[in-house]
Amino acid sequence: MAQYAILIFDDAAADDYTPDQQAASKRHADDLIGSGAMITAYALQSADTATSLRGDVVTDGPFIDSKEVVAGVCIIEAPDLDAALELARRNPAVQWGRGGVEVRPVAGGIPPLAG
Amino acid sequence: MTAAADVGGAVADAHRREWAVVLAATVRVARDLDLAEECVQEAYAAALSAWEREGVPDNPAAWLTTAAKRRAMDVIRREQTFRSKLPLLVEPEETVDELALDEVGGQKEEQVANLESVVPDERLRLVFTCCHPALAQEAQLALTLRLVCGLSTPDVARALLVSEQTMAARITRAKKKISAARIPYRVPRPAELPYRLTAVLGVIHLLFTAGHTAPSGSALMRTDLADRALHLARVLRDLMPDEPEVRGLLALILVTDARRGTRTGADGRLLRLEEQDRAVWDRAALAEAHELIVAGLRGGRAGRYLLQAAIASLYAEASTYEETDWPQIVALYDRLLSLWPSPVVALNRTVPVSMAHGPAVALAQVEALEQDGRLSRYQYLPAIKADLLWRLGRTDEAAAAYRQALELTSNEAEHAFLTARLRMSIGS
Repeated sequence: MAQYAILIFDDAAADDYTPDQQAASKRHADDLIGSGAMITAYALQSADTATSLRGDVVTDGPFIDSKEVVAGVCIIEAPDLDAALELARRNPAVQWGRGGVEVRPVAGGIPPLAG
Repeated sequence: MTAAADVGGAVADAHRREWAVVLAATVRVARDLDLAEECVQEAYAAALSAWEREGVPDNPAAWLTTAAKRRAMDVIRREQTFRSKLPLLVEPEETVDELALDEVGGQKEEQVANLESVVPDERLRLVFTCCHPALAQEAQLALTLRLVCGLSTPDVARALLVSEQTMAARITRAKKKISAARIPYRVPRPAELPYRLTAVLGVIHLLFTAGHTAPSGSALMRTDLADRALHLARVLRDLMPDEPEVRGLLALILVTDARRGTRTGADGRLLRLEEQDRAVWDRAALAEAHELIVAGLRGGRAGRYLLQAAIASLYAEASTYEETDWPQIVALYDRLLSLWPSPVVALNRTVPVSMAHGPAVALAQVEALEQDGRLSRYQYLPAIKADLLWRLGRTDEAAAAYRQALELTSNEAEHAFLTARLRMSIGS
């Protein structure tokens, strides 16, 4: 088994998830937990609450100024990339047409992730 | 003892024909593309002296596979601890079976029989891994040439017109992603197959197009690349004979390739379809394509490759350019456009439209596509427009359009062709 980070991106200008969308996200997370694939997951506050540091300079806002920003991250376990993509595809962020996800293999972590 | 020249020829032949078979089978044991490649290369090198001593074996692929697998197993045993940390590229249970069989079996016949029963599937795995959608298309093209066709990195670089350094980096990066992201070494499940197959067909078609019309340089065709693509299309048809689009792609390549010898004149000048010597077209290839197309169209569910092949085949079937069945070609283009609404398809459709309904009707459609703007860098739009204007007697406008097309092309044969047309239109 391998671990993958699913970085969830959302439209920077979009409103918060509606109650329906929140419920769908919760159901998706529960499915991942139920199947044993979920290692951990975090939802982040909106990007306008972010503060970035580059060298000595502190700026208000996300590190990369773009239309889409990271909205959350989740670490899953899957046997291979196809299986990880299959789980990632079910993420509501992929379905709503206002963002999407990036899937990246995990190189390591602290505390050590179970392998 | 076998003569060195004969052995050299036999090894080269086995390299061209069996590379993918040998590599695909070795990957299962090596569980790592780099190690597998290394072992296969060594096996080919060892074959040179071994076959000179013992004679060329009846089944070179089986000999090479056994030699390459044995090397892979040696390396794995030696580096047990290191290798066990690498991701498993292959589903573990199958690898175990394979290893067990090799260790107990040992008899050559048994291995040959085993090889033949698993090989087709093995090559498919290799092709689908190289063309995985998680890899950029340029990486898919490079990996297919490198791993499935067995071309060296400098040859892949030359074929795809990039520097050797760039190509080496591209291939290394792609292999690293396969291993780090664990792109699985398997044929996709039926549910994913249509989407994944599209990627494979796209790669083979791109290789063929790149070989057929080299985007720059003096030779219009890099025939080796076109030959490789034709070979890949045949292999895929043998491996997946029931997929209509697999047959469609093979048919399309056959029809296009049948005219290979006549696309340029003796002086390297580009010849238009109506100027080409139809007697020289490869009738056997056209007949083979025709059979594939008829069977495909009868089966329904015609996809884009089959429809393109049907169009190209209709062009080729007419005994002269004038006798081409233009309305039928327009009808096929309509079907193609409905499942593939691309401006390039719409542009190509205007050529038979001009023959069936006259140049004025076609010109209006070309101008609409020009307005659309998506083809603003596409040299064939002004080239087709120029031809239509010329046929309508609007020579000044035709000359302007030829000049525009000339600015957009970097292929020397096409450049010479357009220059000649421009001279004709300005009457000099």
